[in-house]
This record gives sequence, structure tokens and C-alpha cells, in this order.
Amino acid sequence: MTINPDLQGRSYPAGEVYTVGREAIRDFARAVKATHPSHYDVEAARALGYADLVAPPTFAIIVAQRADAQLITDPGAGIDFSRVVHADQRFTHHRPVVAGDELVAALHVDSVRAMGGGAMITTRAEISTVDGVRTATTSSSLLVRGEEQQ
Amino acid sequence: MSIPAAELTVGQEIGSVTIPVTRQDLVRYAGASGDFNPIHWNSDFAQGVGLPGVIAHGMFTMGAAVQLVTDWTGDPGSVIDYQTRFTKPVVVADTTAQPGVPGAILEVRGTIGALNPEEATARIDLTVTFEGQKVLVKAQAVVRLS
Repeated sequence: MTINPDLQGRSYPAGEVYTVGREAIRDFARAVKATHPSHYDVEAARALGYADLVAPPTFAIIVAQRADAQLITDPGAGIDFSRVVHADQRFTHHRPVVAGDELVAALHVDSVRAMGGGAMITTRAEISTVDGVRTATTSSSLLVRGEEQQ
Repeated sequence: MSIPAAELTVGQEIGSVTIPVTRQDLVRYAGASGDFNPIHWNSDFAQGVGLPGVIAHGMFTMGAAVQLVTDWTGDPGSVIDYQTRFTKPVVVADTTAQPGVPGAILEVRGTIGALNPEEATARIDLTVTFEGQKVLVKAQAVVRLS
């Protein structure tokens, strides 16, 4: 399996809407051992000025990885998911994610570089609300190990 | 809460925390995040792809480490930028039969890496280690101070 070099520059338009639920925020907060009351208690979140529960800083990875899945499962991409290693990650928050947000993500393949027998793929998800309010920009580099590489 | 930027200096430590990790934590993170890659919960699969054993999701480590920063600012929405590189895997031993015993221990320390008084932001540099080795490199969170 080889990575299709023509992937660079490819974009995938915003797909399914991800509705941010309160329980999803609470579950994610527990999963990253976040204890701040504004993840769990609506009144605590409102006291900080948020409309509803506020998500932990890395919550947007859920939406970003759903967008990445479009690329990874694209038969034309040539990516073997069992050989993918997460190399780096960045979140730029234009505003915090809060419960009730309806989010969509457009995915851009910013670069594809050959690395040994494998490749490093950098994707960017532009996450916004369905009303077009920019929420977060995430960038992920995925190392796809070559067949001969452990 | 707002942090008086004038009282901060570059190099100042904001705190440190020890995070115990179990296999159950990884299963919980898989469920909450939707990342069900078996390298994070199945030893045979992990070893079959050349890993020493079950490893934590990089995003678990990244997500857990930043709590030090948001606890310091007092507002999880204060993080405007957060990035890291994942350099070493965190191997989590199976301690299922020993409740309360962690399968791995992460050590997190935060220091002020830069201050921007005009924009009232600070960059917090996180040092995250497992068994004495850095597992995140260039782990930096930029926060609003007011």
C-alpha cells in the first residue's frame, strides 16, 4: 500500500453535523481527568460567561478525527490505518466549544511528505458552527509507517 | 478569574501534577473520544504492530496534561492555542487485578514560556514525562489572562 502523493491540496467539504451534548462534554472531561466545574455544572459555566457547559481544550479532536476519517477511509488515499501513528497536534480556538453547538468540519490535506518507506500527512480541520461561526482550527500530522518499518 | 500579568515572569513555574493512568482510563478515553484503535486496549494487537505493549492515546496525554493550565487560569475556555509533538509512547501496564495501582504515571510541570502584555496572553510550556523521559515535545498552551 502506498500513499497517493496527489492527496496534497485535497479538501473534503464539511460533512455530518456534530451536535455537542452536555453528556458528551461530561464524559470527555472525565476521560481526560478534568475536574473544573464548568465542564459538569451549567450554573458554574454560566458564572464564567458561557451559554452552557464548556468543553475541555482538546474536545474538538472528536470533530477533527471524524473529518480525518474521511481521508483515512478514502480508498483512493492508500492509507493503512493500522500503520498510522499520531505525530503532532495543534488546536487554535477561535472561541470555546460549548454544549448545544452544532459543528461541522472542512478537511484540508496541507502536506504529504515521503518519510523512509512511509509518509507524513498533515491535515487541517476548519471547524465552524452550522451558522458559519469559526470555532476552531485543528492541525494533525499522521505518520503512516512503511511496510518494512516497525 | 483574571491573572495579574504584571506579577508574572518568564520561567516562573505554574505548578506540577502527577497523573496515574490505568487501562480502564484508556478504555474510557476511547469511548469518550471515539478513537477505538486497538493499540490502546489490546496487548496482542499492540505487540503485533511492533509496540512494547498497550500505549495511551497521545490525545489522552495531551488532554490530561492541559488541566494543569486550565486549573491555573480557572477557566477552561482561556486556552486559545495548544500544540504538541508526540515523541515517546506511554506504555500502560495491565493492573486490572490490582485496583488502585496505576499502570503508568505521568508527571506534568508547567512554566511560563512567554508573556504578551499587549494581548494579555501567556504561553505555558508543559514538560510531560513518563519513566523519566519526555513523552510530549514542544507542548505549549497559549492562554488569555483576562
